[in-house]
Amino acid sequence: MIEIRTHGRGGQGAVVASKILADAAFRIGKYAQSFPQFGVERRGAPVVAFTRIAESSNELPVRSNIYEPDHIMVLDPTLLSLPDTFSGLKEGGWVIINTPSPPEALDIPTKYKVATVDASEIAVKYGLGSKAQPIVNTAILGAFAKILEHVIPLAAIIESIPEEVPTKPDANQKACEEAYHLTQIRI
Amino acid sequence: MSVKKVLTGNHAVSYGAMVSRVQVISAYPITPQTQVVELLSEMVADGLLKAIFVNVESEHSAMSACVSASAAGARAFTATSAQGLALMHEMLHWAAGDRLPIVLADINRAMAPPWTIWTDQNDSLSQRDTGWMQVYVESNQEAFDSIILAYKVAEQIYLPCMVVLDAFVLSHTSEPIEIYDQEKIDEFLPPYKPMVTIEPGKPIGYGALAGPDTYMEFRYKMQKAMEKAVSVFEKEGKLFGEMFGRTYDLVEPYMLDDAEYVIVTVGAVTSTARVAIQELRKKGEKVGLLKLRVVRPFPFEKLRNILKGKKKVAIIDRNISFGHHGIFYEEIKSALYPLQDRPIVYGYIAGLGGRDVTVGDIIGIYEDMKKRETLDEAIWRGVKL
Repeated sequence: MIEIRTHGRGGQGAVVASKILADAAFRIGKYAQSFPQFGVERRGAPVVAFTRIAESSNELPVRSNIYEPDHIMVLDPTLLSLPDTFSGLKEGGWVIINTPSPPEALDIPTKYKVATVDASEIAVKYGLGSKAQPIVNTAILGAFAKILEHVIPLAAIIESIPEEVPTKPDANQKACEEAYHLTQIRI
Repeated sequence: MSVKKVLTGNHAVSYGAMVSRVQVISAYPITPQTQVVELLSEMVADGLLKAIFVNVESEHSAMSACVSASAAGARAFTATSAQGLALMHEMLHWAAGDRLPIVLADINRAMAPPWTIWTDQNDSLSQRDTGWMQVYVESNQEAFDSIILAYKVAEQIYLPCMVVLDAFVLSHTSEPIEIYDQEKIDEFLPPYKPMVTIEPGKPIGYGALAGPDTYMEFRYKMQKAMEKAVSVFEKEGKLFGEMFGRTYDLVEPYMLDDAEYVIVTVGAVTSTARVAIQELRKKGEKVGLLKLRVVRPFPFEKLRNILKGKKKVAIIDRNISFGHHGIFYEEIKSALYPLQDRPIVYGYIAGLGGRDVTVGDIIGIYEDMKKRETLDEAIWRGVKL
């Protein structure tokens, strides 16, 4: 079973990102569960969402929060300074970050692998959200697919986007694909 | 053909109502329930569901509308949570006393104040004695299935049924569920054919004055209907399994055959407890799990048969009866009293107001039960003092 925790801010689409992952995993024959950290969502406030992906439904029954994720996605680079963001992240896990900076420019401990993409810029380019508050969820999933293709391939994510994002599905799919190609990594 | 979809618990309930072909829906929005009726209103507007959606100004009116619709012969549905369910309280009695097979989904939310939107069972258990049947589910699939089953049972015994699922832990969690072929569902759940209906031009009285010479018989008949519901739940749960591949009973044992110790759970915490049991079994612990699914009618005999001869039982209550103990603890303990070889029973209060209950918490409860020697009651877990 793979456990992923997504950190974002209200309005960036973290909860929908975790739902797309679950839907995409299901499309390729895996079992998945996704849920938000049961908060009262407010625009700009930190939001956490969880995804569990398993090969069989028997592996999935846990219904508590994820405290030791395999990987994390960070939709806003300012969240990197919050201690909760890295809490429990397993050694060797991926940190997928929406940032204009390359991985080397970020001060992420070497026990983690890093993937970066400027999801905000891509979202603005495709008219997703506003310039001040871009909706980056579909773009960041492009980075996810780039490094964790063996978990969920890009095609499955692209297929799931219209299911969970009924407005501007085409633009969201393009943003996801563009982010896939622009992702930079540090192993 | 059946289809599989990734759905939240709330939307699984909406689909359950849709495939049950409900004819009247009346509801008032409240977090975390709102998505249930939001999707149903879309289904009605889009013509996917041939039903009337009655907008009302309160939950009290929502249940009033369901009572009227059901008395007129319609299959009626509503959903609510916490304060909304509390506001319905008077009309819950009305629905049950009028013997109307309404189905209500309650998304378990703790009662305020202090203000909260997270899960516990005190909202539904505050309505325990209204004459409604209560089914608590552990997954989105079970939520969907239980709506269909609830109508099937309710329409045979003429009592309303509440399907209860945990706020957020199920209501906002997305997971794959199977939606069965509509033709097969129609075969399992044919249209509602009530014994009597109110109709224009054919006036009859519902809930009219019953004096001391007749009232008690109405109550006796309600109790008999509840008792009968045990076997109806069992029969229909079996038939459901034959038709759709998922069998439901009022209780569900897990790794219990050779178990000396038992953990009893109600609701979504059951899933997490399954993992805890698997881990404990790997370490050689003789422990099993008993899921209590149907709480009203209360399955006395089934509980006695399963728990007799066990050493110790730990009951996890996501609720509290102030000044008493956990409600399921008290109910199960009293059910076991007539047994000669009854186990020692401990009650653990956990997860109130949405406090996370983890695999580690459940293993901790098991270890505490195993070593505890005094007959303590209402043991609180995870309270920060």
